[in-house]
Amino acid sequence: MTAQMPAAVEPAGTFPAAMERPALGPWARAALKLWSDKAAMAALSLFLLIVLVCLLAPFYASRIAHTDPFTSNIDGEITVNGEQVALLQPSEEGLGLGSTPIGPTWDITNYFLGADTQGRDVMARILYGGRNSLFIAGTSTVICLFFAAIMGLAAGFFGGLVDTLISRVLDVIWAFPIFLLAISLSIVLIAHGIDIGPISITAGSLWLPISIIGIVYIPYVARPVRGQVLSLKESEFVLAATGLGVPSYRILIRDILPNVMTTLIVFVPLMLALNMLTESALSFLSIGVQAPDASWGTIIQDGQDVLYTRSWVAVAPGIAIVLCVLSLNVLGDGVRDALDPRAKLRIR
Amino acid sequence: MPDSDTKILLDVRGLSVSFRTERGLVRAVDNISFRIGEREIVGVVGESGSGKTVSLMSVMGLINDPNAVVEGSIVYKGRELHGLSKRALRSIRGREIAMIFQDPMTALTPVYTIGWQICEQLRAHNKMSKRAARQRAVELLDAVGIAHPAVTIDRYPHQLSGGMRQRAFIAMALSCNPSLLIADEPTTALDVTVQAQILELIQRLRRDFGSSIILITHDLGVVAEVADRVMVMYAGRIVERGTTRQIFTQPWHPYTWGLHDSIPPLEGTRLRRLPSIPGSPPSLLSLPPGCAFAPRCRFRFAPCAERPELAGAGGHEAACFIPLEERAGLRAARGRALKEAS
Amino acid sequence: MLSVLIRRLFQMLFVMLGISIVVFLIFFATPGADPSSRIAGRNAAPETLLAVRHDFGLDKPLPVQYYLMMKHLFIARDLTSFVNRGQQVIPEVMEATPITLSLVFGAAFFWILGSITIGVVAAATKNSPLDRILMILGLIGISMPVYWLGEVVNLITQARLHDTWVFSWVPPLGYKPLTEDPWGWFKVMVIPWITLAVLYIGIYGRVLRAGIVEANQEDYIRTARSKGLSETRILLRHALRTSLIAFVTLFGLDFGALVGGGALLTEVVFGLQGVGKLTYDALKTLDLPVIMATVVYASFFVVAANAVVDLVYAAIDPRVRLA
Repeated sequence: MTAQMPAAVEPAGTFPAAMERPALGPWARAALKLWSDKAAMAALSLFLLIVLVCLLAPFYASRIAHTDPFTSNIDGEITVNGEQVALLQPSEEGLGLGSTPIGPTWDITNYFLGADTQGRDVMARILYGGRNSLFIAGTSTVICLFFAAIMGLAAGFFGGLVDTLISRVLDVIWAFPIFLLAISLSIVLIAHGIDIGPISITAGSLWLPISIIGIVYIPYVARPVRGQVLSLKESEFVLAATGLGVPSYRILIRDILPNVMTTLIVFVPLMLALNMLTESALSFLSIGVQAPDASWGTIIQDGQDVLYTRSWVAVAPGIAIVLCVLSLNVLGDGVRDALDPRAKLRIR
Repeated sequence: MPDSDTKILLDVRGLSVSFRTERGLVRAVDNISFRIGEREIVGVVGESGSGKTVSLMSVMGLINDPNAVVEGSIVYKGRELHGLSKRALRSIRGREIAMIFQDPMTALTPVYTIGWQICEQLRAHNKMSKRAARQRAVELLDAVGIAHPAVTIDRYPHQLSGGMRQRAFIAMALSCNPSLLIADEPTTALDVTVQAQILELIQRLRRDFGSSIILITHDLGVVAEVADRVMVMYAGRIVERGTTRQIFTQPWHPYTWGLHDSIPPLEGTRLRRLPSIPGSPPSLLSLPPGCAFAPRCRFRFAPCAERPELAGAGGHEAACFIPLEERAGLRAARGRALKEAS
Repeated sequence: MLSVLIRRLFQMLFVMLGISIVVFLIFFATPGADPSSRIAGRNAAPETLLAVRHDFGLDKPLPVQYYLMMKHLFIARDLTSFVNRGQQVIPEVMEATPITLSLVFGAAFFWILGSITIGVVAAATKNSPLDRILMILGLIGISMPVYWLGEVVNLITQARLHDTWVFSWVPPLGYKPLTEDPWGWFKVMVIPWITLAVLYIGIYGRVLRAGIVEANQEDYIRTARSKGLSETRILLRHALRTSLIAFVTLFGLDFGALVGGGALLTEVVFGLQGVGKLTYDALKTLDLPVIMATVVYASFFVVAANAVVDLVYAAIDPRVRLA
């Protein structure tokens, strides 16, 4: 070999330049990952579509269908295929007593899904009901996550008496079988409203189911948050920060909060789904949304009487619920995979 | 290479393991070849990511990743293992070739007693009654030096100390008398005193059971203690190999020099700064085209742009273009420079 | 050991007491919730209201009312309903219990079977089309309101397809006791069982699949493979066994809640007079004695389920057992 004697050269820092993409922050990376998750994006689109359509309820009712979904219309008539038809017709089932509303006309401008027992346009009611169902689900989720975050953070971070107090309260709420608590509160409050100090909600307001559903699920979120804060407190980077003399509140904001945010974000679609199901159950039992307001649950209840004859009244809102909850669940999976694919947080 | 009169147990040629990732093909193991003879203890040394574990796991067909591509020939006792049916591989695993892993706490199923787990292996490969299997398990636990084997056999993994767990694991691995034992960092998770006991046990395995052992480690001290031969790996390639004596008295590859230098010496003047190999292990996605170690090598020069092959004499080989005659001198000069610098 | 048990018992009693007090307060102490007007009927004259209040002890201070109610419930066991005069509460609850138990046990059978099968198959064929289909089915199961599913199922089995051979055997809604007519009981219950199970199969199938997939990443699975064991054995004996721990604990809690009356939506939709329906009816009519009885019943099961789950957890996870 004719190589020259290699001099003992100090490597001059000329390492081969690594061709890498510029590093993205964790939020950006997660967003990108979610964006490329086709199932989750499809689910999100479906959900947003449903929300949009429901928001357009007034437009639909006044411009397209020309119906008023809230006033009883028992004696009304509509034109179907050129003929005048009564909305409520004498029953042919059973003893022939009572009346049956007309079935679906499959005409989007004219009682698309038929009428309910009060002669109202089912399709328009579903759109309006959707507004309420979505609104309740959304607001109760916000309330739930807000309080759960505060309680979980406080209990986990401050420990001691604060923790004991908060944990006991959470335990008491959680010890109740959910249905019992929700139903009890609903029954009592729906009839009379609340009037405690500055908080005054009239009976029949949507805020009652919103508050009840929001409160009942607080422990469901607060406990995992507390657990996460506790384990974060023991984690090395927090111990290191404390060792370096970083003040508590800064550790809370800069180290713990971002991680807790991740957990909360994962909870958003899942709580939306859960709350929507809970609201619909309560409304179905007539202790959720009260007349004259409607929600998908109340419409299903309305449809019970005519289930075998005019099944669409009960079936259609259910389909809407299934589509919403399904898309929220798929989205929830996607969000969780994007933010923390190794999440041990098994959320139902 | 083992002596010509030692029978060859395992003959690996051109083994490559690549993984398909989002960012391209990663070659974790790059065209390595080696042989293991009977009753040999061979040490495989390298940093994390050097490919030592992946290469030995692929010998047993334990790479389960659907994105993995394994190429090459793996001949064990005259039989080609690569491409063998799952069933045939299963009969070899645990019976002919056994593996022990780094952390016995997580490597044993937590919900079954160690007796149950040993018996499971025995009965998977041999027709034995439960009682006979249990008997054998007690004998094995005794043979690896566990006190009160008849009691320990009914304990759960979390109830044993680290050293005992590793012994129990070794007992389980040996239960079907494998001819080859692959030990992946068996002492890394243990205290130094326990380490010594386990190493002594490993040497006994060769003596009493007649097995060959491949010992994967990043600790040169362990290798010096028990190995007959050593292979040094870097970035998925073998960069040097030879007998333990050769590797320790006259290492030929600059990476091996770096490894030796970074061990604090027991004698001589105390160094103020412990030398370390500058830079960090390369990302397997962006390896340089020539010698993988070149970016961190003090002695790199023009030929290093080509990939060096293993070359040498007398069983001692290194993948380096520095001429043989100059290596000792360069190393000595470097040693003096280090002493002066500290 | 004994002291731990006794402490546990006290804890349980404490929780039950707590729940009963809170519910009592919700119904008796919420301003405006006056049971006497409900009992007396609408537009009752003020004297009637006063008489009613006195009769039912509603004019006594709250703690006294609570104590009296508990006394009647537990000691004298002659607590009577506010709404159905003279109807004894405890026998009412006892009558409703077998119905709920039939429903919940039967559903649990299906849901355990279903979710283990789905979870194991999905995890074994991970990322294959079969896995995806199973997981989507599971998701759909979770997304359906159980009462709506019940309505749809009724629609199909009682009306639309009732005349076909597929569903002609389905009896009308209502319950048949097992002791009177086993085959009839089965025919009545099988549809409610499956309806109730669907939701839980969805949840538990996914939980199990996730658990097995996670277990598969663990080192001990790699060890099991290196021992030369078959994949089936590794899946069932090693991965599944460890994942079952989480599964069983979740199951215990859900089961306890259902037995306690959580299946009320299913009971309502299928016309089964179980404890859930009883609770709901009582809540609606503000039949306070019945409410108290069912609340105590429900909280007992919640608390018992928690205790049983802890015991079972120790039994199946050796790491948790007291040394």
